[in-house]
Amino acid sequence: MSVTLVSCGGESGSGGNFDGEVKVGILHSLSGTMAISETTLKEVEEMAIKEINDAGGVKVGGKSYKIVAVSEDGASDWPTFAEKAQKLIDSDKVAVVFGGWTSASRKAMLPVFESKNHMLFYPIQYEGQECSRNIFYTGAVPNQQAEPAVQWLMDKFSDKLGKKVYLVGSDYVYPRTANTIIKEQMKALGGETVGEDYIPLGNTEVAPIIAKIKKAFPDGGIIINTLNGDSNVALFKQFKASGIDPAKYPIMSFSIAEEEIRQIGPEYTTGTYAAWNFFMSLDTPASKKFTADFQAMYGADRVTGDPAESAYNMVYLWKNAVEKAGTFEDLDKVRKDMIGITFAAPQGEIKMFPNHHTSERVLIGEAEPTGQFKILYDSVKAIPPLPWNQFVPETKGFTCDWTQDRPDAGKFKM
Amino acid sequence: MELFFSQILDGLSIGSVLLLAATGLAIVFGLMGVINLAHGEFMMLGAYVTYVVQSAFKPMGGVIFELYFPVSLVLAFIVTGLIGVLLERTLIRQLYGRPLETLLATWGVSLILIQLIRSVSTAMMLGIIVGVVVGFIISKLLAAKFSEKPFFTYLNGLGWAIAIGIGLIAVNLFDQVRPLAKPWFGPRNIDVTAPKWLQGSWGMIGGIELPGLRIFIILLSALLLLATYWFLNKSVWGLRIRAVTQNRQMSNCLGIPTDRVDSITFGIGSGLAGVAGCAITLLGSVGPNLGAAYIVSCFMVIVLGGVGNLLGTVLASLLLGIIQSVIGSGTLLTIFPDMPLAAKGVIEFFATTSMSLVLVFIFIIVFLQFRPNGMFPQKGRSVDA
Repeated sequence: MSVTLVSCGGESGSGGNFDGEVKVGILHSLSGTMAISETTLKEVEEMAIKEINDAGGVKVGGKSYKIVAVSEDGASDWPTFAEKAQKLIDSDKVAVVFGGWTSASRKAMLPVFESKNHMLFYPIQYEGQECSRNIFYTGAVPNQQAEPAVQWLMDKFSDKLGKKVYLVGSDYVYPRTANTIIKEQMKALGGETVGEDYIPLGNTEVAPIIAKIKKAFPDGGIIINTLNGDSNVALFKQFKASGIDPAKYPIMSFSIAEEEIRQIGPEYTTGTYAAWNFFMSLDTPASKKFTADFQAMYGADRVTGDPAESAYNMVYLWKNAVEKAGTFEDLDKVRKDMIGITFAAPQGEIKMFPNHHTSERVLIGEAEPTGQFKILYDSVKAIPPLPWNQFVPETKGFTCDWTQDRPDAGKFKM
Repeated sequence: MELFFSQILDGLSIGSVLLLAATGLAIVFGLMGVINLAHGEFMMLGAYVTYVVQSAFKPMGGVIFELYFPVSLVLAFIVTGLIGVLLERTLIRQLYGRPLETLLATWGVSLILIQLIRSVSTAMMLGIIVGVVVGFIISKLLAAKFSEKPFFTYLNGLGWAIAIGIGLIAVNLFDQVRPLAKPWFGPRNIDVTAPKWLQGSWGMIGGIELPGLRIFIILLSALLLLATYWFLNKSVWGLRIRAVTQNRQMSNCLGIPTDRVDSITFGIGSGLAGVAGCAITLLGSVGPNLGAAYIVSCFMVIVLGGVGNLLGTVLASLLLGIIQSVIGSGTLLTIFPDMPLAAKGVIEFFATTSMSLVLVFIFIIVFLQFRPNGMFPQKGRSVDA
């Protein structure tokens, strides 16, 4: 009884002990198509904020500040993201915004943050080929996800199935750019891309694609899948029916995490591969604690995954940087001190690089009947990010370094 | 030859999905002239019925679980059919002869159904029941006292407004109880698993793989089509439906209960949508937005085939399916490897899923320039009531 009292008193005590408040913006789609995925990010960001507040808040210049989150709904509509970002900056006066999922939403917000010289954290693995002074990217770029995954596929299967891949993706910016990179990489490896097909978002008819795959690979071959959302369900259900099974046709997916498997049904995904920077099944104390905390807050039936982990990390990276900078108002100083900031993330230690991207551990897993991944490859150490792709001829040799004082710091020849 | 047959099979399977989805709408739109934008949501309801049946059968396991699918086909027809009848009785009935209002109203219904599936919980259901019961009691009481008065309609409206308020309060009260507040389905997509006997391949015939669920859907759509044909042309109610379609006043004079005919027609159309929804759980994902993916193709098939004509619907859906599969998979290149370079370029350009859909739409637009009423134009009742 007395213990409870003490802990209650302690909590309310620290609640009253803050010297002030700092507002941060959270901007994800809470309605519309993307709500399914993005709501989890909002939840995990709120969890990180609660943890920080419970531990005494953000300590800046000898004072402790309570983080207050202002959440806005991007409504799966890209102009709305830009509009709400503007609102968070102008009328809520937030110190930083955590937000976005699709590349389209990021591209819509980018001009707002650049014109106001403000700060956005973006948590999702994406196609790269971008490096903004005003955005920090905590998800993987292709050299931290797609490229190691293609290399791994070639090492493992090219003896049996040849250096050939078939690319399937949703018809929008991420899959098309990612596939351009994969095609260049295949060329560099001396392999071949035998086919490539895109399905409009939300389409569920994949019979023509199956026919083409069977024609290209009568006896099995490697398939790389960058489909998003519902089309995945159709693809896997119909693959299974037409005898495309993972033993003969290894499938590597870049957009299927634990949450998606739950919706597709584990029996359809079993035996397929995925590449991420974090798996819920990662067997480390930090990973287990992250999942346990999340489930304690939002229910034991929930799952964590790479996007959630990445969203969690960015809140802490920001906190560490403002504490180092001693200010959250002078954004130029925060930006400068952000570089080199590290955080002991659930995946392991990550570090913010001068190109505003984080280093990431690369993991490749095989989906199991339980809906979890068995980890087959682990880079163990975090891989540094290369936002400008080195396989694509147009960006080969380019780099990004915001610590350098030059007008083209976002993209210049090394 | 082998290639030819496998293409026909693919085309048939794409076409049969379209046909399955469009048969119900062919009745509702074709025979009754109701532009039912909620058709896709009836399919979605059918898919959710399948999910519920599957969850109910899961604990039994073994052979009995494998049988859940036929049961859910029947239940999906009954449940969505009844909801269709309810919708016709309460809403559609008021709007005959006003196609624009029907369009807007059914679109509204589709939004309500989507949101209902997202957020329905035991608390909400109980609240709705309380609201409806209170509403009926109030309107009964008012009718007993004031039914003669000129202001009765307004009073009745006020009564229902109060009932809705009470219903909302009830929802909020029930929401306080945690187990009641848990949503049944939630906004996330749900997992419907095909029974084992439908999941894999059904063997090979002449070197062609027979995917179980595709063959099943082809058979199912053929069966439903035959049943619909039989019902419309051989049964008593079918005769009445056709009579009302041709001449409503005359049928009414001859003693055909036209309002019951309307309810039954709409109910059957909705029920068929439910069955289609049940079948497409085999192919794709199940979520509240499922209907949106199909509604456009349904109208496309019906407009192309000619409104009010089942044969047109069949031909249109098969034609579209075959175009989509032959073009989308680039088979023409394999059949004619020596074609000139320019033609090859064009075919390669259209040989992706996105572009083959574009081609299908171009085809329909061009076709409708020449046959604006579709393949088999027929005079329907088209909202003359």
